[in-house]
Amino acid sequence: MTTDTARPAPARAAAGTALAIEAHDLVKTYPKQVRALDGLSFAVPAGTVFGLLGPNGAGKSTTVKIVTTLAQADSGTARVAGLDVRAKPARVRHLMGVVAQLSGTDPVATGRENVMLSGRIQGLRGRDLARRTDELLGRFGLADAAGRPVRTYSGGMRRRLDVAMGLINRPQVLFLDEPTAGLDPESRSAMWAEIGRLAAAEGLTILLTTHYLEEADHLASRLAIVDRGRIVVAGTPDELKGELRGDAVHLELASDTPRDPVLAALARVPGVRDARVEGTSLSARADEGATALPAVLAALEGAGVTVRAATVARPSLDDVYLRYSGRRFTDADQSPATPATSGGAR
Amino acid sequence: MSQLTTRPQESAPGAGPNAASRHTQRRGPASGAADLRASGTTMRSAREGGNVLSIAAHTTWMTGRQLRAVARQPAYLVIMLIQPVIWLFLFGSLFREVVELPGFGTASYLDYLVPGVVIMSALSSSMWSGMTVLEEIDRGIMDRFLVLPLHRSAIINASAVMQALIIAVQSIIIVLLGWAAGAHYPGGLPGLVVLIVTAVLVAIVFSAFSNTVGMLARQRETIIGINSFLLLPLTFLSTAFMAEALMPHWMRVVANCNPVNWALEAGRSAMSANPDWARVAVQGGGLAALAIAVTALSVLMFRAYQKSV
Repeated sequence: MTTDTARPAPARAAAGTALAIEAHDLVKTYPKQVRALDGLSFAVPAGTVFGLLGPNGAGKSTTVKIVTTLAQADSGTARVAGLDVRAKPARVRHLMGVVAQLSGTDPVATGRENVMLSGRIQGLRGRDLARRTDELLGRFGLADAAGRPVRTYSGGMRRRLDVAMGLINRPQVLFLDEPTAGLDPESRSAMWAEIGRLAAAEGLTILLTTHYLEEADHLASRLAIVDRGRIVVAGTPDELKGELRGDAVHLELASDTPRDPVLAALARVPGVRDARVEGTSLSARADEGATALPAVLAALEGAGVTVRAATVARPSLDDVYLRYSGRRFTDADQSPATPATSGGAR
Repeated sequence: MSQLTTRPQESAPGAGPNAASRHTQRRGPASGAADLRASGTTMRSAREGGNVLSIAAHTTWMTGRQLRAVARQPAYLVIMLIQPVIWLFLFGSLFREVVELPGFGTASYLDYLVPGVVIMSALSSSMWSGMTVLEEIDRGIMDRFLVLPLHRSAIINASAVMQALIIAVQSIIIVLLGWAAGAHYPGGLPGLVVLIVTAVLVAIVFSAFSNTVGMLARQRETIIGINSFLLLPLTFLSTAFMAEALMPHWMRVVANCNPVNWALEAGRSAMSANPDWARVAVQGGGLAALAIAVTALSVLMFRAYQKSV
């Protein structure tokens, strides 16, 4: 139940399983032996929003660069709309829109000039180009600012312009690499609304990468969790959360607590399983968190363990991530190499 | 110039429609709209297919973008025009008497100076070209262009075309200013055309070199360091401000290997009353060959950049 779920089974077999994006066994090593991708595979059915979720450095952006023809994998294959990205890059570039993590807008040019240049390169001309440009600028709330140089735009405006530029060619597949990174909450929810609308109204296939758990949960109909260059699990957000039966129980322990007596004490509590200790942070699953908690606390007290704080929560993607990667999401995001130390941030 | 990565076979129209229609069939309800979309795409791809006309169109758009950017930075334009004026009048006053030295071989230092300032200005403007490339890489602009169906060669071409246009205009202005100040151009229009062409070649050599350094080092400081290191030696180890006859022997040997000097010699000879066209052809040809070589180097470096993404 690890990478196998993500493998595009028989990739394009039966009707009704149209795949807009397929990545198979992608491997990419950067100089200095940095293995960015280590056999990453996934498949995205046409017309769906697919989320690649993972901490910084997991390999999400590298994946997007390879699938969008920007970078080349050392091995493995990728297809967009059935076309091999390595064999037919120019055709793939006509069919897709890409919004990269770094805004690629030209700050000296106006918003309109930026959109129109993308349109020209995509093959639009004359009135068709002008109409499409106006339509997109209007839709992303940039009509009034269209004649201003992009360097005068706010971060949110720039991001909306990025998306408008990515849509100029009416793509079949849209790639959004960290579309809301660095945006304020208001701009982020506006962007979410627009992405949701694009997926619903235009039947667009969207691949988005994010390191926000709630963003993946909110936007993606299917998602895959990426860790250290591999897909560790894939499915719908509900499926993934559903696999974690019951509630999550999190405890904060005193800093000098030895691990084994804690686990031994918990093993004796009925209905509690999957206990893990990372530093001072203990997590476990319980069918009924609220009833299990007093028993857990009693068992730990009996074992002489000091508990600083306790929480019970419905399963979240964070828990899914922890289960499949063995690390807490926030810890992996901050320092991929070091194990969890203090749980104070939670 | 060469087309960088677009593979010729992918533009073959026969390869396209199958894949596109296979996809549309699977799209179900929206298939009518998708059909149109897919066939439009196929037509565009076929039209795009690597021909010279579309490379020229892409180069024009990319050059237009850069020219607009320059036009919107008035400070840049002003500096670009004021700097040669300062050189023209500063060196003109400072070295006015050197023509009196036996062996200099010219009556008016201003006549001698105009080609020197034209070529030095071409050198000093074009060697910053790598900064633009670096900025576009850092801002993600380069990568955005690379995921669009843009001819890769248009990116390199646009940089060269823009340098050529800017340097041609700058050279014409310096020539006119010199003329207004009383310089004589006995070689007439053909001589001036040769001067401007050699200035453009110098600009292409050094902008391609600067682009190469920018893509290789990926650091502003490297470009700044190399430029500060190169500008004065390249200028003063040439006949820009001092006649060859008055140089020490070793300096003459060095100057003979200096492409900036090839441009000066070719330009000055063509501008004289009795041009030595054979020499102009050899030096201009050497400069053109160097321009092609350095541009090829920058293309290689651009490919290396694409691989490093």
